[in-house]
Parts: sequence; structure tokens; C-alpha cells
Amino acid sequence: VIELFAQPPALSAYLLLAALLFSIGLYGVLSRKNTLAILISIELMANAVNINLVAFSRYSGDLVGQSFALFSIALTVAEVVIGLAIVILMYRSHKSIEADAPTELRG
Amino acid sequence: MMAWVAFAAIALVILTAALQVVQSTDLVHTVFWLALSLMGTAALFVHLDAEFLAVVQILLYTGGVVTLMLFGVMLTRRINGVRILHESAGKPRALLCATALFGCIAHAIIRDTKTSNNTPVDMADTEALGQLFLQEMVLPFELLSLLLLGAMVGAIVLARKVDP
Repeated sequence: VIELFAQPPALSAYLLLAALLFSIGLYGVLSRKNTLAILISIELMANAVNINLVAFSRYSGDLVGQSFALFSIALTVAEVVIGLAIVILMYRSHKSIEADAPTELRG
Repeated sequence: MMAWVAFAAIALVILTAALQVVQSTDLVHTVFWLALSLMGTAALFVHLDAEFLAVVQILLYTGGVVTLMLFGVMLTRRINGVRILHESAGKPRALLCATALFGCIAHAIIRDTKTSNNTPVDMADTEALGQLFLQEMVLPFELLSLLLLGAMVGAIVLARKVDP
């Protein structure tokens, strides 16, 4: 164990951290009722993916991983903007942002 | 050794904040815990030699997304007093799904011998990243700006009050 900690962290340490973060985000998406809270949990998941990309880039020495992370950040921002617009629309039409509120399509 | 200490400290901050994000019952607190988690990730990017990404992370996420989220919170709730509460549902099943997913991913990571690689390569600097963006990846880069414009216009159209 001491030998393991004498060396810099292996790639798997970062991947495990990202996996844990992704799972926490998934838990949030599945358990939250509030649409905004679900959107926030999706942010956590996207963040975990970015950690993966940057870690792989660091351990292979290839900058393409970092550029993918940059694209991914910009895409997430666009997603948040649209998501928030939809949440505000939903609030206007249902007076609530609970995910259970829209039931028009229920058979 | 130092690298492990830094990694452990950053990981602790990120994970604690993330747990609070999915557990806190106060929506405003949730947003601020998200901000802390995202800043921890920015620190991890510095730790991984990606300084430019760390700056972009702070500018876009903690500067942009968190502020937007706060606006979202304020716009979609009638504020009764100071606290804006929200609750969770279906916790045991969600916990089961998340644990199962983590088990699968962790199993795959530990089984694959390539991930035990512990010799980080020295990364090229930000200049090389800029060169990459404006030469090899110039087309996706420009498409990205189009996408952002589209998202912006779309958000304005969606959230506008009245149809002309």
C-alpha cells in the first residue's frame, strides 16, 4: 500500500472519482421531483464526463481530450439555457415545476 | 505523495458537495453546493495540467450556469419566507440504480489493466490548445458558436412573454 501511495495517482483513481460523481448525479436525477433540481443533477453528470476526458488526456499526452472537454462544457451551457427556458415555460403554464405536474399526455 | 494529498483533498470537496446537491432540501443551497462541486472540478483540472479548462470551467459554470440557475429558482417559485424547500421521491429505487451503475463502472475500471497507468505525460501548454482549435478543429469550433447562437435565440423565443 505504501508503494502505491509513493507514486502519483493512477488513471483509475480519477476514473473512479468520475464514476462516483456520475452515480451521485444519476441518483439525483432519479430521486428529485423538482425539474430545476433534476437539471442541476444532470450538470453533475456532465461534469463527471469532463473529468474523465481531461484525465484520459493527461495520461495519454493528447490534447484532443482537453478540446473535447471544452466542446462538452459549451454544449452543457447551451443545454442549461434551453432547459431553463423550458422550466420557466412550464412554470407559466402549470404554476409548478414539479416533474409530475404536466399530465396532458397521460392516456 | 503530494499528488495523492492534493487529489484526495479535491476529491473530498467534490464528492461532499455533490452529495449535498442531491440531498439538500433547500433549493438555493442545492445551487450553491453545485457551485462548490464545479469549483472543485476546476481545481482538479489544474491538478491535471489543464489550466485553460479550469478557467473556462469557472467562467462558464460557476459564473454563468450557477447564476442562471439562481435566476431560475427565483423566477419559478413564489417565495414564502427565506427558505425554498423541495423534496425527493423514490429514494430506495434511485439509490439501487445509482449503486448498480457505480458497481458496473468500477468493475470495468478495475479489471482493465490499461487504467493502472500512473505515468502522467507532461501536457503541452495553452498555446498548443489554441493552435489545435484554430487549425485542426476550426470547423467544429465554428459550428459550436453557431450552436450557442441557436441556443440563445431558442431560449429567448421560448421564454418570451407574448406571441406577436
